Amino acid sequence: MNTGVESSPACPIPIRQYPRVLLAHGGGGTLMHELLEKMFFSAFGKPPAEGRHDSVVLPFPAGRLAFTTDSYVVRPIIFPGGDIGSLAVHGTVNDLAMSGARPLWLSAAFILEEGLPMETLWRVVRSMRDAAGRCGVRIVTGDTKVVDQRHGDGLFINTAGIGVIEHPLVIAPASVRAGDAVLLSGDLGRHGMAIMSVREGLEFQGKIESDSAPVSDLVLQLLAAGLEIHCLRDVTRGGLASALNEIAREARRKITVDSSSIPLREDVHAACELLGLDPLQVACEGRFVAFVPAAAADQALFLMRRHDGGAGAARIGAVEEGDPPLVVLKNDLGASRILDMAGGEQLPRIC
Amino acid sequence: MKYLDEYRDGPKARDYARRIARLTTRPWAIMEVCGGQTHAIVKFGLDELLPKSITLIHGPGCPVCVTPLEFIDKAIEIASRPGTIFCSFGDMLRVPGSASDLLSVKAGGGDVRIVYSPLDALKIAAQNPSREVVFFAVGFETTAPATAMAAHQAAEQGVKNFSMLVSHVLVPPAMEALLSSPDCRVQGFLAAGHVCAVMGCAEYEPIAAQYRVPIVVTGFEPLDILQGVLMCVRQLEQGRAVVENQYLRVVRPDGNPHARKLIRQVFAVVPRPWRGLGPIPASGLRLRSQYETLDAEKRFGLAARTTAEPAECLSGLVLQGRLKPVECPAFGKACTPEHPLGAPMVSSEGACAAYYRYRPHALAADPAR
Repeated sequence: MNTGVESSPACPIPIRQYPRVLLAHGGGGTLMHELLEKMFFSAFGKPPAEGRHDSVVLPFPAGRLAFTTDSYVVRPIIFPGGDIGSLAVHGTVNDLAMSGARPLWLSAAFILEEGLPMETLWRVVRSMRDAAGRCGVRIVTGDTKVVDQRHGDGLFINTAGIGVIEHPLVIAPASVRAGDAVLLSGDLGRHGMAIMSVREGLEFQGKIESDSAPVSDLVLQLLAAGLEIHCLRDVTRGGLASALNEIAREARRKITVDSSSIPLREDVHAACELLGLDPLQVACEGRFVAFVPAAAADQALFLMRRHDGGAGAARIGAVEEGDPPLVVLKNDLGASRILDMAGGEQLPRIC
Repeated sequence: MKYLDEYRDGPKARDYARRIARLTTRPWAIMEVCGGQTHAIVKFGLDELLPKSITLIHGPGCPVCVTPLEFIDKAIEIASRPGTIFCSFGDMLRVPGSASDLLSVKAGGGDVRIVYSPLDALKIAAQNPSREVVFFAVGFETTAPATAMAAHQAAEQGVKNFSMLVSHVLVPPAMEALLSSPDCRVQGFLAAGHVCAVMGCAEYEPIAAQYRVPIVVTGFEPLDILQGVLMCVRQLEQGRAVVENQYLRVVRPDGNPHARKLIRQVFAVVPRPWRGLGPIPASGLRLRSQYETLDAEKRFGLAARTTAEPAECLSGLVLQGRLKPVECPAFGKACTPEHPLGAPMVSSEGACAAYYRYRPHALAADPAR
């Protein structure tokens, strides 16, 4: 299983002493300090020279700030292609990237369930460290709480992130214009189906791995090329259907999508057909849609495809004037239908 | 994707539509029996490809939709019992009962689990010997063999803590009930391919002969449905009324004899009320006496009860093909998938759900289609 974790040094909390998380590890006493020192600081870096304090003090960067937060409750904690730790870094970094921000700093707050194997926590912490390294962000502040057994589900993580916007564009739904091209950075549905494949009672032949990955580097490259980006949205819960509907509603525009242009891996498509799921409503964790002027679409697509994170990018549709705002999906048969958001929860606790 | 893309081919679909248009000389009303077919029609916009003179009437073939309210209430009662594990297909969880639904039971602490096969429920029973595990057995002839297999295995393995709430129903009696109604507009049927994969085609021949309706056993992909419509229109134009099989790659004339034998061995045919359609003679399945110990109604001593549908829900008319979902005054207003009045709005095979999902705005603006 590839989780991006490097060679695994032994867990710094001696197993013989505390193989599992105790309530006392969140109690503010010596055990908690030992956990912070040996586990978190050793992975995320030492506190600043002026010493540990209740808040971290950071230099104010030039430009505008982007600030976001997200909580991660995925079950299972470790899934094909990733784990809750890398997901908690990628998800928040990607939210910052959707404003065109360069991600700088993250906070990491852990809610641990009493009894969580220390090895599991260590694996997740290392995975966060590695993911942060790949994204070029630092985890600069954090918190740890422990709840009684059966009052959590192993491990929940909240991350908040701060990024700096170094360009004058307003990358937001309000900037979307009729005539914009809609680009998708890669194939759909792998995260959702990877989680589905390991949930109780579902066994697929072959393995579908999550697409969990940072997209910030790709976005920064698009910006560095001087591309006029109108809007970005990461394709997470609710899938492409939710991402496009949210933007259509906020921008009060109609979005038309050509279903044959949407990249979809055959194994994901087959698994969706089997389970009666619409792949356009299944979550990703490393994909985004970009709205750019039609004249810039080819250049944007070229830049995206040149990057690892956008190798499978495609131009999937266009924006039109339209009221009521909605998303229309054209199919191969020449007919079209409304692409609506999924009604309820397709699959709970996916991220 | 292999075995799928070839049945969704655009040029071939348009070619079928042209052939249907050339053949059609007057208006015809054809009912697709199965909700899976309804969803394909609405999802792929197949009705938009057909000439205006062909009307597709959506049939009652949604097992979730026709499961009587009484059974939903019984399911809720069993699932609410402390210590019970209640297993169901996912579609049933949001179907409104008289006062609640299974999803609310789950939210209130009930152990309600989604399974994809009755055999999974049996496995859960084997893993939890100290708890009662109940499977909600709904569906047509398509799912009945799997339920029968679970009953057979439970009896053979002596699994004591497993039982099932059986609400299986049969398609041909419902088609006869629709045809017997004086308001019936249906002139031809696309029969449900997967039901026939189990049962074969023979039982439809007396219906075609007696009511003089063509019946075409049809699959579920766009080209299947368009070819089924073409075959049905051809019969109607020629004044013929026989059973034909479009779904040759799946349906054999005698169906699946092993599955049929298993159904006969485990179940007896009984009269059954259908939600939206009313009581239909010889249209349901119950466990035979030798499998009686698996009957959840008996095990939990559930009494018969009287139930009443909410007056503003017109799903009965929708299930009979007498009303398009968008013509219902509650559609998209008082009734949505998040707050359903009736089962067709939440089932993945329900006609109301299909319209709500794929064309809520377009058809609300143009209810004539």
